[in-house]
Amino acid sequence: MATHNIKHALFSAIITLIISAPILGLDLESAGTELKLTGASTSTLVSIVLAAIVVFLFQTFRDSIMGALGQMPKLNRFADREPMPQEKRLKLENIFLIVLVAGALLWPFIASRGSVDLATLVLIYVMLALGLNVVVGLAGLLDLGYVAFYAVGAYTFALLSQYFGVSFWVALPTGALIAALFGFLLGFPVLRLRGDYLAIVTLGFGEIIRILLNNWTSLTGGPNGIGGIPDPTLFGMEFGRRVKEEGNISFHDFFGIAYDSTHKIIFLYLIALVLALVTFLIIRRLMKMPVGRSWEALREDEIAARSLGLSRTGVKLSAFTIGAFFAGFAGTVFASKQGFISPESFVFLESAIILAIVVLGGMGSQFGVILAAVAVTVLPELAREFSEYRMLIFGAAMVLMMVWRPQGLMPMRRIHIILKKQE
Amino acid sequence: MLLLEDIHTHYGKIEALHGVSVEVKKGEIVSLIGANGAGKTTLLMTVCGSPQATSGRVVLEGRDITRDKTSDIMRSGIAIVPEGRRVFPGLTVEENLHMGGFFNTKAEIRKSQQHVYGLFPRLKEREHQRAGTMSGGEQQMLAIGRALMTKPRMIILDEPSLGLAPLIIKQIFEIIGHLREEGITVFLVEQNAHQALHLADRGYVLENGLIRLQDTGANLLANPDVQNAYLGG
Ligand SMILES: Nc1ncnc2c1ncn2[C@@H]1O[C@H](COP(=O)(O)OP(=O)(O)OP(=O)(O)O)[C@@H](O)[C@H]1O
Ligand SMILES: [Mg+2]
Repeated sequence: MATHNIKHALFSAIITLIISAPILGLDLESAGTELKLTGASTSTLVSIVLAAIVVFLFQTFRDSIMGALGQMPKLNRFADREPMPQEKRLKLENIFLIVLVAGALLWPFIASRGSVDLATLVLIYVMLALGLNVVVGLAGLLDLGYVAFYAVGAYTFALLSQYFGVSFWVALPTGALIAALFGFLLGFPVLRLRGDYLAIVTLGFGEIIRILLNNWTSLTGGPNGIGGIPDPTLFGMEFGRRVKEEGNISFHDFFGIAYDSTHKIIFLYLIALVLALVTFLIIRRLMKMPVGRSWEALREDEIAARSLGLSRTGVKLSAFTIGAFFAGFAGTVFASKQGFISPESFVFLESAIILAIVVLGGMGSQFGVILAAVAVTVLPELAREFSEYRMLIFGAAMVLMMVWRPQGLMPMRRIHIILKKQE
Repeated sequence: MLLLEDIHTHYGKIEALHGVSVEVKKGEIVSLIGANGAGKTTLLMTVCGSPQATSGRVVLEGRDITRDKTSDIMRSGIAIVPEGRRVFPGLTVEENLHMGGFFNTKAEIRKSQQHVYGLFPRLKEREHQRAGTMSGGEQQMLAIGRALMTKPRMIILDEPSLGLAPLIIKQIFEIIGHLREEGITVFLVEQNAHQALHLADRGYVLENGLIRLQDTGANLLANPDVQNAYLGG
């Protein structure tokens, strides 16, 4: 056992050396027109050796380290507690939600302009993650191309505004519905697929949409994207310095206050907040309804679910369609926030991040997903100083989380359907 | 009640059933026995429409359901306890039962739930336990209970005794006998030939996708061929 560990550790350390030595230990310098290969500074070489030693030590004592990590939740006094009675938990959840929303409402009036803008982005991710949570967390369908529906929502708004001058409020439901339609259509070919096959097909679908947007230059502008996407209006009031559309009046003129560009940012934030809340409430409602229970049954055991008369087609399509609908929602808000979109915003990494949020938060758990969306979006911003290492830290955090709490930050607790007592 | 006429079922190009005819009359317990790979599960799944028969007819209560969708068939008064139990592991016992009553009203669910708890007091004790953490026998009871929640007129069981201790098997078979008294028609597939035939009004022996023998349960038990092949001589 011990010798096996040491052998394995040695092997890992050597691999570390082999990989890092040429990449970090050698520098390419351009001397005039030629490239010169030089050895890196001693400090770099020392760190490479140190890294190899760390890897060696970690692998040698891996079992005890992982064991200790596994023990950590025991320190958490919530971990081993009896689950709360349902009514109490629901009440607590509602209080928590109200506090959360109240805090979020105050936020734009205390935080800086940049933080409000970031918070809008967080809310967009909350919407996306809540939507994907339906597909992956509840229905158990691994969707790696979720960003496609986000793109469909965003591009629907961008194109409608560019060609038909459609406003945000019309585009919002349209974008969501068209994204839902795409979800529905994608649902058909993948009905018979499960697990890895489903993941690969959805991954492909995500890429197809992105490549289509990139290459259909005449319609989408290709990599140049689409700009000039209008901001939302408030009952016909615009937030720009000058009114763009005839008949509209500007917000600051109407209230007789000085023009301030933060008004627009706050307004967008509030819209995103309301929409995220709506998303949350609708999905929570759906979870308690038969359709929500049928998603779970399908995730738990497809054959058993079908043996009870549930239609596989109906259940899967509903999950895909509803998930896509909220991605379209988020996409429209995103397009409006950015004012400019290009296929670059809808790469696979986005799908991966949204999926990471759902997994980190705890599959199926709505509060967990919200928490994870905040963490995953805000932490990299806070870690700006380590900019180059951001992805590295992100990855390390994911690995640690999965070792420490594989069931996610706040594991899902299902709501029992309470039958009314007999009268 | 249930009539299978000259059923052929294929998995891709391979034919698993080569023309099987079986009848289950109202109020009967009919047992189907056969070795591993004989096609028993395939036969039951064909009744449920997944896979569908390539030729032949499946008639349920006078209605041809051969080409019906599985979801429609399973909502028309027939329930199956699938091979290997297949409870929803992450759901509690009660939630599993409620899934069984998915298409029923709350009042009906409440009533069937009491009924199931009456049959299996053990399930009542474990009401809030996650199904995946229960013993094999308890899971089998739950699978039967969940099927009963659909309020079936006919129940199909695929090897309910699989992997269970003799005492539990005895209990399960007692319950199956009890279901008949409640007026539920039973179609039972078993490897455990002795008990299955003992309980059954009639029985069939399936071999390599063909019905070899059919007779009353008692006659099949006494049949030397059956004794040699399925009752250990
Ligand atoms: N999904 C499938 N695809 C291809 N062949 C299958 C499939 N399911 C079953 N078969 C084949 O059909 C034949 C009958 O299988 P079936 O499962 O019906 O047997 P069984 O009588 O239920 O056996 P057991 O007692 O072991 O459950 C077997 O040869 C099996 O390999
Ligand atoms: Mg079988």
